[in-house]
Amino acid sequence: MSATTQHADQTPLTMSGAEVVLRALKDQGVEVIFGYPGGAVLPIYDAIFQQNAIRHILVRHEQAAVHAAEGYARSTGKVGCVLVTSGPGATNAVTGLLDALMDSVPLVCLTGQVPTHLIGNDAFQEADTTGITRPATKHNYLVKRSDDLARVVHEAFHVARSGRPGPVVIDLPKDILINKAPYAEAPPATQPHRSYRPQAEPDMGQIRKAVALLKASKKPVVYAGGGVINAGPEASRLLTEFVHLTGFPCTNTLMGLGAFPSQDKQFIGMLGMHGTYEANLVMHGCDVMLNMGARFDDRVTGKLSHFSPGSKKIHADIDPSSINKNVKVDVPIVGDAGRILAAMIQAWKEDTTTQDREALAAWWKQIDAWRAKDCLRYVQQGKIIKPQHAVKRLYEITRESGRDTYITTEVGQHQMWAAQYFGFEKPNRWMTSGGLGTMGYGLPAAMGVQIAHPDALVIDIAGEASILMNIQEMATLAQYRLPVKVFILNNEYMGMVRQWQELLHGGRYSESYSAALPDFVKLAESFHGVGLRATSADQLDDVIREMLATDRPVIADIAVAKDENCFPMIPSGAAHNEMILGPGQEGGVAGVTDEGKVLV
Amino acid sequence: MRAATIAVLVENEAGVLARVIGLFSGRGYNIDSLTVAPVDAEGRLSRITVVTSGTEMVIEQIKAQLDRLVPVHKVSDLTLEGPHLVRELALIKVVGTGDHRVEALRLADAFRARVVDATTESFVFEMTGNAEKIDAFCALMRPIGLKEISRTGAVAIARGTHALMG
Ligand SMILES: Cc1cc2nc3c(=O)[nH]c(=O)nc-3n(C[C@H](O)[C@H](O)[C@H](O)COP(=O)(O)OP(=O)(O)OC[C@H]3O[C@@H](n4cnc5c(N)ncnc54)[C@H](O)[C@@H]3O)c2cc1C
Ligand SMILES: Cc1ncc(C[n+]2csc(CCOP(=O)(O)OP(=O)(O)O)c2C)c(N)n1
Ligand SMILES: [Mg+2]
Repeated sequence: MSATTQHADQTPLTMSGAEVVLRALKDQGVEVIFGYPGGAVLPIYDAIFQQNAIRHILVRHEQAAVHAAEGYARSTGKVGCVLVTSGPGATNAVTGLLDALMDSVPLVCLTGQVPTHLIGNDAFQEADTTGITRPATKHNYLVKRSDDLARVVHEAFHVARSGRPGPVVIDLPKDILINKAPYAEAPPATQPHRSYRPQAEPDMGQIRKAVALLKASKKPVVYAGGGVINAGPEASRLLTEFVHLTGFPCTNTLMGLGAFPSQDKQFIGMLGMHGTYEANLVMHGCDVMLNMGARFDDRVTGKLSHFSPGSKKIHADIDPSSINKNVKVDVPIVGDAGRILAAMIQAWKEDTTTQDREALAAWWKQIDAWRAKDCLRYVQQGKIIKPQHAVKRLYEITRESGRDTYITTEVGQHQMWAAQYFGFEKPNRWMTSGGLGTMGYGLPAAMGVQIAHPDALVIDIAGEASILMNIQEMATLAQYRLPVKVFILNNEYMGMVRQWQELLHGGRYSESYSAALPDFVKLAESFHGVGLRATSADQLDDVIREMLATDRPVIADIAVAKDENCFPMIPSGAAHNEMILGPGQEGGVAGVTDEGKVLV
Repeated sequence: MRAATIAVLVENEAGVLARVIGLFSGRGYNIDSLTVAPVDAEGRLSRITVVTSGTEMVIEQIKAQLDRLVPVHKVSDLTLEGPHLVRELALIKVVGTGDHRVEALRLADAFRARVVDATTESFVFEMTGNAEKIDAFCALMRPIGLKEISRTGAVAIARGTHALMG
């Protein structure tokens, strides 16, 4: 007999609302919650205290709880779970929630709320949490009846992980947590939701249309994004199989890095604003484009009216609202990337028309000529460490170590250099804030990754400005003995801001200098970690090796060239073929119109 | 650019209207009118009618964005799907005496507006029709004592046997 029927029979209920919540989390497979306590959620904390199935990680700021859950989720494919109190606890979580929404990360965030009878009275620590988080979540709930509690928690997990994944908030008034509530098991997967039914299975007619277009192509490209990561590791394997089967070039978005192996000879690098010369020219010049789980972001398309002007476009995405949003496409395919790729592989093999291999070979010849520009080349000479070199050496030395390595980043130039110079052979190894671009993401995200993968090497490639935005999490690392490595490319500038000021605002460096920086070595030590520093190129490798050998939290403060810019760069409002390749070509920026300057 | 009359069937639950309206304001879509009321026997489903306008791509976005809201069952672009009826209800108060009263009644008759309240100095007219008809009536009433208007916004339904659900 289920708890619900007991309730209907007037049999006394034995579990409090808080216990029902924990039971539902456990049944949903939750092993870890990232959280921070407060008055409204004390009943849940009390229930946590009295059980062992779910581990609670006490962060030092609610924003960090959400980013940690994002790191956990993106590195495992599971739903991340967060617990915060009402009012300021909930508002502190908002940045993290929006970050997860923009980057399609599955999360469930439990927020405390004042008791139901006080809602609307400006009670102590009351916030209209469902109102505030509505545009920052995939969906949210306010539980006003104990009878709804278990169902809502189960439903929240279903909504978070299915379709296009995203964050879901459950707002829990304190009386609902204290009062007894009935438990109900999760509905069977076969029972569809009343109104929410995302489409995972693609339409075979569209698949065949896409394959016919691709077979007839002469200058194709596969442009794969975060959706392939969302679809699970099997989708990445299928993507690789499809690209090998067809012989096409493949580029990844920032969010898609790792979906296709970086060492593969058909990989042409990341595309977009700071993408490679070859990837952007391939996008510009292709005749058929297959977009697999990417969303034609403005950082990728550049000037829309000049975006890939001569191509037929196929767009595979699980979210119909991603299709025809920015770029009008010729063949839309709605569904899960994994299932679409499996169907395309089969349809490709069944299709009897032959591919124009000669045209493809000519296309590759052209691509190789673009590649020969070696657009990511840099010169490391003398003592001053080039930031690109620091990332390149970090990559090479971690590869030599053979350890399973997970990289997170903060936001700025260092993030782009990490994307350009660190290679990923597998999905789920790269965690970065792409859509919202949240400084302060990397350290807590790394924390979540390390919780999920205790034996792995987890490195936050950071900037000296960003790292200060969630630096308090060093204490969490110490408390839980999480040996996360923070690798700071310290250029003493908000480098990305400085770069735009140099290129677009006449070199007027308004408020972009990182003054009064802390001593990062001492800072690491005062947080019970290890601090290391490299100030000249000859120290770099030793510092990296020592960092990797240290089984404790480490901050490595790498003093890098202060005025280095991140290239290639497509200036805002420009087209793919108007890329600037390096210093000396900034003249190209002079052409940026006011129309371009208004873009972010 | 075109206008679109969109019918949306939603779960009748707290916050659902805020989700729909927030979507329009947050993404900068136009709302020319929006109506909502429960439509099934148990009161679990509500029907929202939104009249909006935009380029074909924007209207397609609006529909896709509505459809991905969790409590939304069905989105239908009546304008695109074929013949449909659009009606609006208006209550129109006209205050005046003498010739103006006579003129008001004469016009109301021509427009098939009903008198639903009257005093020696005022009428309240009730009329249904499409927005243009109500606009035209109000324009004629303006010089002869139009005082107040209350309108529902458009409700709409497809002609024939075709229904939103099933
Ligand atoms: C400083 C800075 C610079 C940047 N520069 C660049 C740059 O040069 N190049 C670049 O690429 N990005 C850059 N970005 C990131 C950029 O802003 C976007 O976040 C990124 O381009 C989006 O990646 P995506 O298109 O893969 O989509 P994501 O945001 O990963 O979205 C995934 C898409 O896949 C769909 N999807 C989800 N699950 C599935 C599934 N199971 N099956 C199928 N589809 C699914 C979703 O509906 C969505 O449309 C930069 C960001 C910052 C902060
Ligand atoms: C929370 C937040 N505030 C502001 C910005 C705007 N912003 C983008 S990059 C950047 C500078 C980052 O500096 P740093 O961390 O030192 O990285 P660098 O670019 O120098 O590598 C700023 C301020 C942002 N992305 N996030
Ligand atoms: Mg910096």
